[in-house]
Amino acid sequence: MASSTSFFRRNRRRIAPWLFLAPGITMFLLYVIYPVFQSINISFYEWDGLGPKTWVGLQNYADLFDDPSFYTSLKNNLIWLVLYLLAIPAGLAVALFLNQTVPGIRLYKSLFFFPFVISQVVVGLIFSWFYAPGFGLLPKIIKVLTGSEIAVLADERYATLAVIAAGLWPQTAYCMILYLTGLNNINPEQVEAARMDNAKGWSMLWHIILPQLRPATFIALIVTVIGALRSFDLISIMTVGGPYGSTRVLSYFMYEQALSEYGTAMGYGAAIAVVLLAIMLVFITLFIVRMLSQERNG
Amino acid sequence: MFPRPIAQRSRPVQIAYQAILPVALIIWLLPLIGIAVTSIRPASDLASGNYFGIPSSFAGVENYTAVFRNSNIGYYILNSFRVTIPTVIGAVALSCLSGYALAIYRFKGNLIVFFMFVAGNFVPFQILAIPVRDLTLKLGLYNSMTGLILFHVAFQTGFCTLFMRNFMKALPFSLVEAARVEGIGEWRIFWYIILPLVRPAMAALSVLIFTFIWNDYFWATVMAQSADVRPITAGMNELKGQWKVAWELIAAASIIAAMPPVAMFFLMQKHFIAGLTLGATKG
Repeated sequence: MASSTSFFRRNRRRIAPWLFLAPGITMFLLYVIYPVFQSINISFYEWDGLGPKTWVGLQNYADLFDDPSFYTSLKNNLIWLVLYLLAIPAGLAVALFLNQTVPGIRLYKSLFFFPFVISQVVVGLIFSWFYAPGFGLLPKIIKVLTGSEIAVLADERYATLAVIAAGLWPQTAYCMILYLTGLNNINPEQVEAARMDNAKGWSMLWHIILPQLRPATFIALIVTVIGALRSFDLISIMTVGGPYGSTRVLSYFMYEQALSEYGTAMGYGAAIAVVLLAIMLVFITLFIVRMLSQERNG
Repeated sequence: MFPRPIAQRSRPVQIAYQAILPVALIIWLLPLIGIAVTSIRPASDLASGNYFGIPSSFAGVENYTAVFRNSNIGYYILNSFRVTIPTVIGAVALSCLSGYALAIYRFKGNLIVFFMFVAGNFVPFQILAIPVRDLTLKLGLYNSMTGLILFHVAFQTGFCTLFMRNFMKALPFSLVEAARVEGIGEWRIFWYIILPLVRPAMAALSVLIFTFIWNDYFWATVMAQSADVRPITAGMNELKGQWKVAWELIAAASIIAAMPPVAMFFLMQKHFIAGLTLGATKG
């Protein structure tokens, strides 16, 4: 006992960090890191979730690349990704609009941020109501403009776009708050100096302000891309993947195959998840590389 | 300041700005205002096609009591609290410990462990779902509060550790050094010196995690099967199917479901934004 105590005392600073880490790292390895590799493993099997697993090698992936639903999902993921990026300039625009010091502006900022605080389930319900044929506000507006109503969520041409529009609402609010914080920290001397040199409007924004907002833009980019690829709630609430599976994305497709009431294709679902992870890894790596260079520099 | 402060502009510009602000806000929140108005509309309004006009009478009390009477929403709200509060406590506690280890000690593997937390935080939920559900089944915790809470705590520890570690790293390290010279043990340094200093970070994380978990829908769907463990988000989806076109009830339920995180946000606004905008200002 005495010797073990003194061993601990001598090596206290080497052991202590691992003791502090133990609970967090155990939970994280068990519930996050290890499952990633388990899923990769499952993707090589055929498995209904209960019975024995059968090794099928790359068959799930081969099936996936022959599945039209996979390409629909992939295409929709791409549309989500591209259109979701609109939240960044939109958020910047709202932030520039609100970056003033008039009475009550704080309350305005909070209220503009509101959509982000509400759950996506509620956002989805709100927009379903907004789009509802027969009485929704949007079909009414479309009718005034074109003379005929469109049920956007039931129309394969518009359904994905309509769901993305609902997602852009909270995401723009998120980007806005990032930019408001960024604008708050801009070096006022540089701005004044540029004003002396007659810079204003767009050229001021482009040459002086945006470079200083780069950290905010980077975070906005990462959270928006991850948000776009994680999209699930809105689709589940607003369209359930339909009409005819046309609003599926990989995350929802995976859910249908492996997790929903009728989904028993674990191996196939895992393969879809692995593809989604591979896409996300591009952006995760980007983020880590940048953080790493920050660590090195300071 | 950019754009140029409105106070330095001409009088008409100032007036125009003050006038545009509320209009812009109303347009921005139009869907939400619509749902709020619908929630106090009598059902007869919806039947007679009065969707956007002034409600013919105030039916707020009826609608909101009907929501509680005709559904399990009371239980769902309670379930959401039962999942959210332990998760907040668990994730903040674990991340204080691991954040401290990563911020204060230099050891081999420090950065690797740190980036493991960061990377894990970004993986898609679908890659975790099958094994996590399986693990929860094996632990005998499937379809239980504990099963859901354990996963949430573990997953949120990733983001929280990133946050805590960066916050603690910004504290003056000399505090720890001075304490060590005095012969104070490592645990006591953590407990009596560092923890009191990271209270703002704990507050920020608490509100953020509260909102994240309250609003979680995916895990609520995957891990909770029966009504007695179903959180409000999954419950809303069920009510939507149950009530179909009774939009005054769906609207009222939506408002109820949105209240707790909204209240949290308004009460702890400063902390909430500080947490969310971490990293948006430097680097």
